[in-house]
Amino acid sequence: MVTTVQEKKEGASAPRPQFTNAEAGALEFPSSTSREYNYYKPARLRRTVYEDVTVEVQPDPEHYLSQGWLYAFADGQAGYPQEWTVLRSSNWHAFRDPNEEWERTIYVHSARVVHQIGQSIENARLNKAFARWDPSWVRQVEGHVGAWAHAEHGLGMHVFVPAQRDAPTNMHNNAISVNSMHKLRFAQDLILYNLALSEEFDDFDGARHRQVWMQDPAWQGVRELVERLTAIRDWAEAVFVTNFVFEPLVGVLFRSRFVMQVAAPHGDFTTPTVVGAGEADYARDLRCSRDMFALLVNDAAHAEHNRQTLQEWLGRWTPPAVEAARRLQPLWSQPNQRLVRFEDSFGEADTQYRSQIRELGLDAPEEA
Amino acid sequence: MSRQSLSKAHEKIKELSWEPTFATPARKYATDYTFEHAPKKDPLKQVLRSYFPMEEEKDQRVFGAMDGAIRGNMFRQVQERWMEWQKLFLSIIPFPEISAARAMPLAISAVPNPEIHNGLAVQMIDEVRHSTIQQNLKRLYMNHYIDPAGFDGSLRYFHSDYCGTIGRQFGEGFITGDAITAANIYLTIVAETAFTNTLFVAMPAEAAANGDYLLPTVFHSVQSDESRHISNGYSILLMALADEANRPLLERDLRYAWWNNHRVVDAAIGTFIEYGTKDRRKDRESYAEMWRRWIYDDYYRSYLMPLEKYGLVIPHDLVEEAWNQIWNKGYVHEVAQFFATGWEVNYWRIDPMTDEDFEWFEHKYPGWYNKYGKWWENYNRLRYPGSDHGPIAFEDVDYQYPHRCWTCMVPCLVREDMVMDEVDGQVRTYCSEPCWWTDKHAFRPEYQGRPTPSMGRLTGKREWETLYHNWDLADICQDMGIVRDDGRTLIPQPHLDLEDPKKLWTLDDFRGHPFPSPNVTLNAMTPEERQAFADDYRKGGPAGRPKDSAEEFRRRVEKVG
Repeated sequence: MVTTVQEKKEGASAPRPQFTNAEAGALEFPSSTSREYNYYKPARLRRTVYEDVTVEVQPDPEHYLSQGWLYAFADGQAGYPQEWTVLRSSNWHAFRDPNEEWERTIYVHSARVVHQIGQSIENARLNKAFARWDPSWVRQVEGHVGAWAHAEHGLGMHVFVPAQRDAPTNMHNNAISVNSMHKLRFAQDLILYNLALSEEFDDFDGARHRQVWMQDPAWQGVRELVERLTAIRDWAEAVFVTNFVFEPLVGVLFRSRFVMQVAAPHGDFTTPTVVGAGEADYARDLRCSRDMFALLVNDAAHAEHNRQTLQEWLGRWTPPAVEAARRLQPLWSQPNQRLVRFEDSFGEADTQYRSQIRELGLDAPEEA
Repeated sequence: MSRQSLSKAHEKIKELSWEPTFATPARKYATDYTFEHAPKKDPLKQVLRSYFPMEEEKDQRVFGAMDGAIRGNMFRQVQERWMEWQKLFLSIIPFPEISAARAMPLAISAVPNPEIHNGLAVQMIDEVRHSTIQQNLKRLYMNHYIDPAGFDGSLRYFHSDYCGTIGRQFGEGFITGDAITAANIYLTIVAETAFTNTLFVAMPAEAAANGDYLLPTVFHSVQSDESRHISNGYSILLMALADEANRPLLERDLRYAWWNNHRVVDAAIGTFIEYGTKDRRKDRESYAEMWRRWIYDDYYRSYLMPLEKYGLVIPHDLVEEAWNQIWNKGYVHEVAQFFATGWEVNYWRIDPMTDEDFEWFEHKYPGWYNKYGKWWENYNRLRYPGSDHGPIAFEDVDYQYPHRCWTCMVPCLVREDMVMDEVDGQVRTYCSEPCWWTDKHAFRPEYQGRPTPSMGRLTGKREWETLYHNWDLADICQDMGIVRDDGRTLIPQPHLDLEDPKKLWTLDDFRGHPFPSPNVTLNAMTPEERQAFADDYRKGGPAGRPKDSAEEFRRRVEKVG
């Protein structure tokens, strides 16, 4: 065998390196210094790597797509129809993701998060920190924190993944796909945390989260709202309502105003770490959505139409979100240590919701 | 993460999905496939906790190599002949990649299997990775390669050029029409499982032989994600096979997807590998040899044929015909010759072939010189501008400008196979019977008497030349923006000599050459003229010879035996 390998190596040829002097600056000729993508206008003075790898990758017949789209759906719609949302824009291409997400940032960020969560859980395990948890709190994490994983998964898989097919530019769709991965990763973080806790507590019921999500009356408002969000056809409505209505009134309420406040007094420092990662991702996604919708409410030609539409969406979706939030109220009285009142928590969530809506130049419905 | 904990984690994340009771996800994308009897098939185990660190590690290696290439002056050794074709390839490929990301909701919406949904969502972000990493590679080439023109306007040109459009249909095929046809059969079962082998494995090897080790670094990193995508596609295919009613649709879609991938990918990658290389070692594999290994043996015989036992009807005839096209009908050579004929409206430079190239082609494809040699000698003769001649497409070099295939949009280069038909009130030409069938029968609301309301449609201005019917060539180039920053020198050139400005073609050299559209011209003929034209066209070739010259060529070949 060895002989065969040696013979093959000796007999095989190899490409010969050649000096070609084909490096930049070796010669001056027309366009020899044209070293920028010249088919788009950067948002600021200097173009960014994010823009270079994102802008115009998805073609547009209103830009350079001279032959038009080559395939259509059965109804004749092709490519990325602007009509897939009722919102309008004079220039969809003006949007840039303020987080400048591209391949490198996506993986650096998410890898860092999963490392951080893994280390935090491992530290708690090594220090036997789980043994110091208040037993009443264990039940909360088992049922309610576990139930929240479903909400994140449902929104990630059936709101954001489909929305990234539909928006008219690559900048929108890449940003929305990153939003979806935040949700899906956070859902997995939570459910795998549930698995880790099943191995730490003898009486931890790793399946109870499902029963709570499907049957506990406190959660049925949230589940109904999540399911109804997944049924929205208009990509912009689905993204807007999720990030500007559901998230502040229900998501932040549960994650920041309940879990993050109540865990530590019950001896739990790991759950806030896990949940905090999801909260930080929402802050990142909100920043992106804010820029996305601010352009539309300030559009030179369509501002009024867009404002009216967004107001209608707020009017339609805020009441069920408030209802879903209020139905979570029993959770606040279940742990032994009752350090925060539901009304206070909800009040803070409502304030944040109103502030985010105001920043867009919109009015929150009175009812909230 | 250990193997055991990965399995446990994979089992656990299955708990995340639930059967909705208040409302179901919007059914945005239709399919005519049904999954009522489908057993749920699990794809590869994919858990984000291990996925993100794995990809980050892969990225570290890619970016490390990029740093190394710049510090090590890789561009002192890259072959310009090779790099020029990358202006086309890297303008095309980020779009199919991102289209694959956009295709995932089509499959998720169509397939009722939460385990597959997870795999498809991971594939979505993989594809975002691929698209942006490839755009970034092109950016590095633009910054460090001697001639950035063509890279600089990459996506503008891709969206308006006749070669770019051929590649663009590849990506559009993933995201439009019947959800399973597009996102499963066309994208995953054929494009990813079969043709990424030549795209992302065979081609990078050729890049390395031409001094470019960044393309292999990036594309092998991309290819290492493909096994998971192949697993996603395979699981969906097995589910689809469980329902008898899906069988005719699967047969239809495999025929369309196989043939379209062959026409598009083999045209492009075959040309890059055979005509973009300076590596003429006799023992290096030709594209035909690579195809036989990667597509015929590894895909057709090892992957596709075993699926027959599940009732899948395999398009054996089309696989054999694809090989026949490559080996006997010179498909890749015909395409390369066409790209070089149309150099005037490209956004890259095409190096003439030399004696060493001729010798290699003759060694790998016996009889090559008799067919193509004379034309490439003419290409070489006409490579510099001169008062006595125009660009080669407008000179008498025994080449009949081809009609375009309405379906795959590669021209009808194997002349004997050309099909002409009136479809949707327009006389269209097709490169082959399967492409005619795709337009006439497959992409229709009814197939073999069965309603197929979800099937897509072919749309758009599919013959590029129609856009510029009888425009002056110089005006076309200006409209496309393929002019260098002095406002007159063209980006495309039929040679690599940048030293002498007199050797570079300018807009002035192009004035006075009107460019008619073959399809517009064809439709203006009477039916009798058209039929006579088509009969003559089919008697043409090889190498684009018009009928009379082709008949003379065939007589000569028969005489020599």
